[in-house]
Amino acid sequence: MYFLLVYMYIKNHVYMFPDLLGCHGKCRRYLFCCFQDRAGQFFSSGHTNNWAVLVCTSRFWFNYRHVANTLSVYRSVKRLGIPDSHIVLMLADDMACNHRNPKPATVFSHKNMELNVYGDDVEVDYRGYEVTVENFLRILTGRLPPSTPRSKRLLSDDRSNILIYLTGHGGNGFLKFQDSEEISNVELADAFEQMWQKRRYNELLFIIDTCQGASMYERFYSPNLMALASSQVGEDSLSHQPDLAIGVHLMDRYTFYLLEFLEDIHPASKTNMNDLFKVCPKSQCVSTPGHRTDLFLRDPGSVLITDFFGSVRKVELTMETINLTDPIDAESGELQKEMHTYADQLPVSEIIHQKPKQKDWHPPDGFILGLWTLILLVFFQTYGVKHLKHIF
Amino acid sequence: MATTEVERRRGQLAALSIAAVVIIVGVPLWWRTTETYRAWLPVSQIKELAKLQLHLSADVEVVFARGTVTPEQQKKVPLTQTQNMEHRVDEDTALSYRYETRYRTATIMEEDALNQPTAAEADLSLHTLSESPSGSLVVYVIPESSSLLPQNVDVYIGQRRTALLRIGSQMRVGKTLEQLLAHMEPRIKQVLHVMSFSHTDITAALSNRVRISPGNKESIADSMRAFKSSPGYEITFSLLNPDPKSHRLHWDIEGAVETYIQPLLTKLSPVANFSIDSQTLYYAMLGVNPRFDSSRSTYTLNADSLAHVINPVEARLGSNAASSNPVLNFLLYIPDAHHSPLYIHDHKKQQVPTNAFHSPRWGGIMVYNVNEFYEVDTVFPVDINIDMAKVMGVFLAQLRLLLGVQSSTPPPGFLVAPCGNAGLADWELDRLMWSRSVENIATATTTITSLAQLLDQIGNIVINDNIAQQVSSAVTSLQLAVSELEAGNLGFALQYSKEAILSSERAFFDPSLLHLLYFPDDQKFAIYIPLFLPMCVPILLSLLKIVSEARQKHREKKPKKD
Repeated sequence: MYFLLVYMYIKNHVYMFPDLLGCHGKCRRYLFCCFQDRAGQFFSSGHTNNWAVLVCTSRFWFNYRHVANTLSVYRSVKRLGIPDSHIVLMLADDMACNHRNPKPATVFSHKNMELNVYGDDVEVDYRGYEVTVENFLRILTGRLPPSTPRSKRLLSDDRSNILIYLTGHGGNGFLKFQDSEEISNVELADAFEQMWQKRRYNELLFIIDTCQGASMYERFYSPNLMALASSQVGEDSLSHQPDLAIGVHLMDRYTFYLLEFLEDIHPASKTNMNDLFKVCPKSQCVSTPGHRTDLFLRDPGSVLITDFFGSVRKVELTMETINLTDPIDAESGELQKEMHTYADQLPVSEIIHQKPKQKDWHPPDGFILGLWTLILLVFFQTYGVKHLKHIF
Repeated sequence: MATTEVERRRGQLAALSIAAVVIIVGVPLWWRTTETYRAWLPVSQIKELAKLQLHLSADVEVVFARGTVTPEQQKKVPLTQTQNMEHRVDEDTALSYRYETRYRTATIMEEDALNQPTAAEADLSLHTLSESPSGSLVVYVIPESSSLLPQNVDVYIGQRRTALLRIGSQMRVGKTLEQLLAHMEPRIKQVLHVMSFSHTDITAALSNRVRISPGNKESIADSMRAFKSSPGYEITFSLLNPDPKSHRLHWDIEGAVETYIQPLLTKLSPVANFSIDSQTLYYAMLGVNPRFDSSRSTYTLNADSLAHVINPVEARLGSNAASSNPVLNFLLYIPDAHHSPLYIHDHKKQQVPTNAFHSPRWGGIMVYNVNEFYEVDTVFPVDINIDMAKVMGVFLAQLRLLLGVQSSTPPPGFLVAPCGNAGLADWELDRLMWSRSVENIATATTTITSLAQLLDQIGNIVINDNIAQQVSSAVTSLQLAVSELEAGNLGFALQYSKEAILSSERAFFDPSLLHLLYFPDDQKFAIYIPLFLPMCVPILLSLLKIVSEARQKHREKKPKKD
């Protein structure tokens, strides 16, 4: 019996077994095998779906590293299971096809061009000049115009865990968007409060990789927020490694070590947030990463990384079925035989047989008129007005 | 001397008139041009709504059949009793439940109906006699000698709004009506708990307003499973065929939806709108490799690995780009020929009879084995017609769970009739309508109050007329919904609550309500000082000079007067 207990502890499938003693993750050794009916799962985290909002707030070639940061986090989040329909990716997207890119259609995150994070499977929802403070706040609060398609909305509910990742250039209390505007920490905190009022999230993890990033989470006051930043107020966040062939820095230090940490995570892993706080100590990062957990209700040690970065679905076995006895109407079977055809979009036969259209006569346009006027003026100025009678 | 005097007078007049123009014309003009347009909002009514007082009332009729009451007891019937229960959920929310119970004896036609051989037939014929309105219940009390119910069952809950309750014999003889009623009360309370609103359901529906810590894991699971109340839902049926080379699948989805699913959705039309799509996906694999179980020579999927099945498939399922309604996905997976037959095993390594599983707030997946339709040496691809009745039976059960039709285990001694072809009993619909109305009202009140608070806090947001109109209509609909709920008109209450939700959401999520401009005070000073200071300083100085000169003259005049 003891061996069985130890074996199950090592197997670590705690989240599938009901916790009848009510402890949260600390008492993993107590497992009572599932004589439960439908609630056969330990719903420790309280969320049913995951969303990610990944924003890169810089543009121009020398900010290559910010785009690479965001795309690397996007790759990890997709690898761990969050589908594109649940990711809102905002990038200036001017790196891959930039004239200065020696390898077009690629964005590398490792020197010696080891890892192309752009690939052929990137779905950028807001690109170019659409990445603005206004759009970012509209996504968070949900106040988008009715014509916005589904892929550009954050359709989270009260059981969604949201990951928000921001990177770019920042300062004490603000973050610069696309070199033309700023978002302040007060606006961000107000946006989160409005999300909380409408119950648009269950738990929210906020990661920011900019200079003086810790100032952006100072003003948060809504519950269930956890925040990580790459540097404290007064410190700069530094970049990692330049690539001599591309000519710019490829990644920022904090995100580089964050990605190394995430590479070890797979959808069933049990690593928790305390390990994430230890990523990139001062010796590697030069700046001091900070975090804030006072607004978070659960203990960070019981929060799994996959609660935010991955999308592990809760599953219940269906035990009931309904006995249906009516047969399907035989008539509806006939409809299936109806062939589907495409509408005739280009009437080819009409086009090849049509006669050339009579073009209407238009008076000469402004350019020709101006050109002739100029020529006439020059002529008369040179030779005098007396030649006018030869023309008219 | 006179000229300097005139000059000075002119100068003073000029300074005074400039100051007058600045103050009388300039300041109001600046104020009017920099203020934001804010339409009037019914703030006092919104504050009233912040304190939510919900009254729910249900009408119960208890009908005594022949043989259940003695003639002396029968004299006191008909009788009406009212029960009130108050609950305070938190300082802003209070609930009160009222059950109005009418006791009467059965009519001749009802007695005939109760003489049917089985309970189901009795239920049907009772229904043809009279139709109870939404939200009400009828309990027929039958004597112990009746053969309608099997031996160990005391209560039968029908498909509509009736229940049959059997009383024991020892209660009848020599007791007064009050004692009989008191003895029946616990049973009737249990019936009400199952068939009408219960405190746990209603408090769970208030979760948007009140952060309640749930009691046990069952209630957490229940509250997480069902979708939140929404004006519409999209249902998508997908057929996953990973092996088109071996299986050519035919499913009559249109007929199946029309016959099996549409009756349920039509019955649920007061609750929400539904739109149905279907698609077929080829070469769509599950993300998990099934294991071969040699003892049964089948392939198995463990309950543990089911959580990782959904993600790889979800990326390939489309969704309607135009609407923002929640999507329910129902997937039918036909395993490929090399992994047939595929069974899902639960934690005890037993086969799940339905071979299906569902994920809260997402949808359901069913695995349909087709290996019995052909032998090993048939020519591939094989044409297979899928038995839609079996498939839709499972999907319908999953749809009921995902929409919040709670089927908790009834107390012992209860027999619940299987839901009819519509897939939903009338009393289940009533329960759903109760909880949806309460949820809508709770959500709408929190939306409106937080919107009012937000607009109050941030003075810079422009409030357009259409927002004010939406807010007013939301407030009106909320007040109507609360009063209809108190009166017991469930249908109207639900309709008004839906209108309230629509208006309040439209007002809250209006794109014009975005507060972008945050100006800290030092920035405000930095903007205004370069504009106003150069203008105001000369005026102020000249005014001061006028005042000091006037004072000086006054002082000079005084000694002269003496």
